[in-house]
Amino acid sequence: MQTFVDAIQFLFDNLGLIWDKTVEHLALSGAAVGVAMAIAIPLGVWLGHLHRGSFLAINVSNVGRALPSLAVISIGLGLLGVGFLNVMVALVILAAPVMLTNAYVAVEQVDPDAVRAARGMGMRPLQTLLRVELPLALPLIFAGIRTAAVYVVATAPLAALAGGGGLGDIIVNQPTYGPEGVVAGSIAIALLAFATDGVFALLQHFVTPRGLRKRGKEPRLEPQVETAAA
Amino acid sequence: MISLIAQQPVIPEFERGSECVRENKQFCSDWFFDNFDRVFGPRVVEHIELTAIAVGIGFVIAFTAALIAYNRGWFERSFAIFAAFLYTIPSLAFFQLMVPITGLSRTSAEIALVSYTLLILFRNTLTGLQEVPEDARMAARAMGLTQGQILRRVELPLALPAIMAGIRIATVTTISLATVAAFIGVGGLGQPIFNAIQSGFKTEFVAAGLLAVLLALVADALLVLLQRILTPWARARRV
Repeated sequence: MQTFVDAIQFLFDNLGLIWDKTVEHLALSGAAVGVAMAIAIPLGVWLGHLHRGSFLAINVSNVGRALPSLAVISIGLGLLGVGFLNVMVALVILAAPVMLTNAYVAVEQVDPDAVRAARGMGMRPLQTLLRVELPLALPLIFAGIRTAAVYVVATAPLAALAGGGGLGDIIVNQPTYGPEGVVAGSIAIALLAFATDGVFALLQHFVTPRGLRKRGKEPRLEPQVETAAA
Repeated sequence: MISLIAQQPVIPEFERGSECVRENKQFCSDWFFDNFDRVFGPRVVEHIELTAIAVGIGFVIAFTAALIAYNRGWFERSFAIFAAFLYTIPSLAFFQLMVPITGLSRTSAEIALVSYTLLILFRNTLTGLQEVPEDARMAARAMGLTQGQILRRVELPLALPAIMAGIRIATVTTISLATVAAFIGVGGLGQPIFNAIQSGFKTEFVAAGLLAVLLALVADALLVLLQRILTPWARARRV
C-alpha cells in the first residue's frame, strides 16, 4: 500500500519524465498502428468486397492472437537489430491481424440487399464499395482498429527491453526508479490504455452512419482494456 | 537513457564457434542444433511447466468462481471487476512487484500468470453456462434430474465449447506472458531472449523467439483438436 502512495507521489514529482516517456510511447504506438492500418485495412476491405479468402482473413487473427509478443520482438531483434524500427515492425505484426479480420468481416457481412440495390441503381463496383459497403462497414472496421490500438499501447512497454523507449523504460529500470517507479509506470500505462480505448470509442461513434446508430447496431462501446500483454 | 542491450555483442565460445557464429549472423543453424539440448531443450520444458501450472490453477479458481457467480448474481460483477483489474497490470511490472513478497521464485511468476488467466476463463465459463438453452434445463428438470445432475449432465456439456475456447485463449496468452516471466529469472523460453539481450547474440534471439511462436501455435492447434474430440456433437450439427 505504501508503495502505491509512493507511486502517486512519484507521478507528481516526475511529471516531466512521465510526459517525455508518454510522448515516446505514443509515437511508437501511433507509428505501429498507422502502418498496420495502411497494410491491413485495404487488404481486408478488398477481400471482403470480393467475398474471397475467408479462410485466410479469419484465421490470420487466430494465429496473430497466439503469437507471443516478446518472441516476435526477439525475432525482430535478431533480424533487424536494436531500436525503434525493430520494435515498430514487431508491433505491426501483432496489430495487423485483428484489423484485417475485422475489416474483412465488416465488408463481407454488409447486407447483400443493399449491395444489390446499389448495383441495380447502376453503380460501378468501386462506387458500390466506396458509397455503400464502406460506410456500412466502418463501425466494425473501427472496432478492430480500437482493439489493436489498445493492444499495441499495452504491448509497447516490452519495447523498452529492445531499446524502443516509452513508458516501459520506467518499469524495466527498477534499480533507477525503485518499486514506486514500477507502479507509477504501470499506472501511467493503464491510464494511457484506457484513454486510447476512449478516444477510439468516440471515433467509432462518429464514423457510425446515423441510420445504424438509431437501430442500435453500434458495436460495443464499453471499455475493454487489457494491459497485461505488456 | 539506460540501454539494457549490450553495444558490443558477446559471442559464446568465440574461438570454437563457426564462421557464422563469429560474425554474429542472423541465424546460425549449426550453433542452434549443436546447442539445442543445452540451451533450449530445458527451457522449452520449463515453459510448458510454467504454462500448464498457471492454466491449471487458474482454471480451478475461475471455474469455481463461475459456478458461484452462476447461482449468485452479485458475485459475478465483483469477481469480474477483480479479474479485470488484475488484467490491467502490465506483466513486466507484475512480475517485479511480486519479488519483494515471494522472491525471485517460480511462485512469483505463477501468481502473476494465474492472475492473468482468471478473466478469460471466468468470462468464458460463465457465458457458456448462461447460454445453455432454458428448454434443455427445463426438460432435464422434468425428467427428474436434481440440480447437481442438471449441472453435470446438461449444463456443463453444453457449455463445454465456450469453456474450451477460454482455455485455448488463456493458454496462448500464458505462453506469451511466460516469456516475460524470465525477467525475474524463472526460466522458460524468455531466458535465452534475456540472455541474448545481455550478449547481443542474434542466433539466440531468433531461435528462442521462433521456438516460443512454435510452442504457442502447436498448443493452439492441439487444443482445437481436443475441443473437437470432446464435443463431437458440435461437428455433427454443422454438417
